[in-house]
Amino acid sequence: MTTPTTPTTAPAPPPPRAAIPDRLESRFRAALKSWETLLVVVAAAVFLINAFASPYFLDPWNLSDATFNFTEKAMIAMAMALVIIAGEIDLSVAAILALASTAMGSALQYGAGTPELVAIGLGTGLLCGAFNGLLVAGIGLPSIVVTIGTMSLFRGIAYIILGDKAFTGYPPSFAYFGQGYVWRVFSFELALFAAVALAFGVLLHMTSFGRMVYAIGNNPVAALFSGVRVARVKFILFLLTGLMSGLSAICLTSRLGSTRPSIALGWELEVVTMVVLGGVSIMGGAGSIPGVVLAAFIMGMVTFGFGLINVPGIVMSIFIGLMLITVIAAPIVWRRLRGERFA
Amino acid sequence: MGAKLLKSREALLLAAIAALLALIAARFPGFVRPGNLASVFNDTAILIILALGQTAVILTRCIDLSMAANLALCGMVAAMLNSAMPGIPIASLIALAVLLGAGLGAINGALVWRLGIPPIVVTLGTLTIYRGMIFVISGGAWVNAHQMSDAFKAFAREGLLGLPVLSWAAVLVVGAMAVLLTRTPLGRAFYAAGGNPTAAVYAGIDVGRTRFAAFTLAGAIAGLSGYLWVSRYAVAYVDIAGGFELDIIAACVIGGVSIAGGIGSVGGAVLGALFLGLIKNALPVVNISPFWQLAISGAAIIVAVMANARAEGRARRIILRKAEALA
Repeated sequence: MTTPTTPTTAPAPPPPRAAIPDRLESRFRAALKSWETLLVVVAAAVFLINAFASPYFLDPWNLSDATFNFTEKAMIAMAMALVIIAGEIDLSVAAILALASTAMGSALQYGAGTPELVAIGLGTGLLCGAFNGLLVAGIGLPSIVVTIGTMSLFRGIAYIILGDKAFTGYPPSFAYFGQGYVWRVFSFELALFAAVALAFGVLLHMTSFGRMVYAIGNNPVAALFSGVRVARVKFILFLLTGLMSGLSAICLTSRLGSTRPSIALGWELEVVTMVVLGGVSIMGGAGSIPGVVLAAFIMGMVTFGFGLINVPGIVMSIFIGLMLITVIAAPIVWRRLRGERFA
Repeated sequence: MGAKLLKSREALLLAAIAALLALIAARFPGFVRPGNLASVFNDTAILIILALGQTAVILTRCIDLSMAANLALCGMVAAMLNSAMPGIPIASLIALAVLLGAGLGAINGALVWRLGIPPIVVTLGTLTIYRGMIFVISGGAWVNAHQMSDAFKAFAREGLLGLPVLSWAAVLVVGAMAVLLTRTPLGRAFYAAGGNPTAAVYAGIDVGRTRFAAFTLAGAIAGLSGYLWVSRYAVAYVDIAGGFELDIIAACVIGGVSIAGGIGSVGGAVLGALFLGLIKNALPVVNISPFWQLAISGAAIIVAVMANARAEGRARRIILRKAEALA
């Protein structure tokens, strides 16, 4: 919000609101200035610093382990990116994960095998996503409060079912999703994440559905008048976050081998951080899947690198918080310094 | 007048609370004894205080997710100072906690005001930073009851005219916030900044500065609550009030404070907090596992949001009736 009567505004004459350039920037220069380029540089720096800070970092198995730090969250972040680009938010993802995991654990008590467990995990995710979508897209409620509510509701149901107990004893074949390797050091989770990222990248950047998501995020009313079925697209987006949370629940449950109601507590904030760090505008309308993939990679490497040099998890979270604010503030401060007031 | 009263959120909540109490009283008459109700109020006091700070922020169309982390950091600083230097009078410690909280809130406010970063991103970031700072200053260690001076622990629990100081603190904050929001230019500016920021600018209100003030106020309130929390529970550690930020927002939403800004009242927020507090205290009495609490408050939030939307929807202008119906 800019205000006309801020006393600290510089007395210099304001630059024109928008200048029309003589010609478009070359593709190369535009790419050089993009958010993704900045993220690649940051990722390279993190990688190098890690390699120097700890002699164990460059070990292939260690690097492979490091990917487990982010693959499960990053799968959710792919769907979350679309939701945020469309101008909404889903804070219930971690709770959906917990409920899906609990549902799988309950089914296990009735003797469900691995295929049933997978179906139940994905199904629970879809159901929860449909519930969110119904409230947000169907009734038109603000997604931030709705998903704060469903976040308590979904995790609450998990607590009602489990209390202070835990489900364990998942079948050995189920362990493959979180512990298996596709080829040498490449884990199943990493391969799955790559497939998910590719699918979402294509969906957002190469289909008309993706263009609709951007249109809704930029101006939902204009999108509606342009013939975009805003409510339906939003409903599908919430279905997708639900589905991805369910998928993530399968991986995490399989990796941990147990379900507690507090599973993945606080993940929603990490996922949102990942998405925003990836250059997705929290106001909607802008962002890309490659950016979010890079951000996921950076966050995973930072936490893993800190872990190798024995930095406690909570100190890492300070760093993530600082990183979140800095990467968003830096371009604003930069533009301010260059005098572009209305950029 | 009567119809209007019937539709007001305060009246509805009051009725819901009364119905809930009647339901419990039918089987457990002991629950509605004045003494027990006073203890329920005392147990909810901190939530009430925090919800009022959050109300100010939400009124300006912002949100503060960092309040619980701010509370925990201020509480930890107060507890550590007390255990290191028991000589510091409690009044100075409280003043320090409030000031520190206000400073942390001002950081949120400044980032929102001067840099124009969306409040949800700012407070998401500071939430993790403030929480992490507790670990950094305490090294992960707890400050336990025996390390705190007796005066430090006794203050919030001391009885005064039949109620603990903690309850009186809530009453005081409720009164102060009621006056601030309805009787001062700043309070009206909160409503104006959130109700229609553009109109507020034309009315000569500096929206950014108003939001800064709201965040600073919420921070000061979180700081005060930090001392009260640590004093009441006589323990300070990294995770105190973990996840409480959502309870605070839930109390506001249930109380009819609109997340879109500009709508809400002190009475509503207080009743919203009391509703949650009542559920929390009643569950063990009626023999329902406390694990139900989270799901119940989640359901309450969803119902409240639907009611809020209905209340706000009446004022909304529909440009294209048909398209809205299709959408």
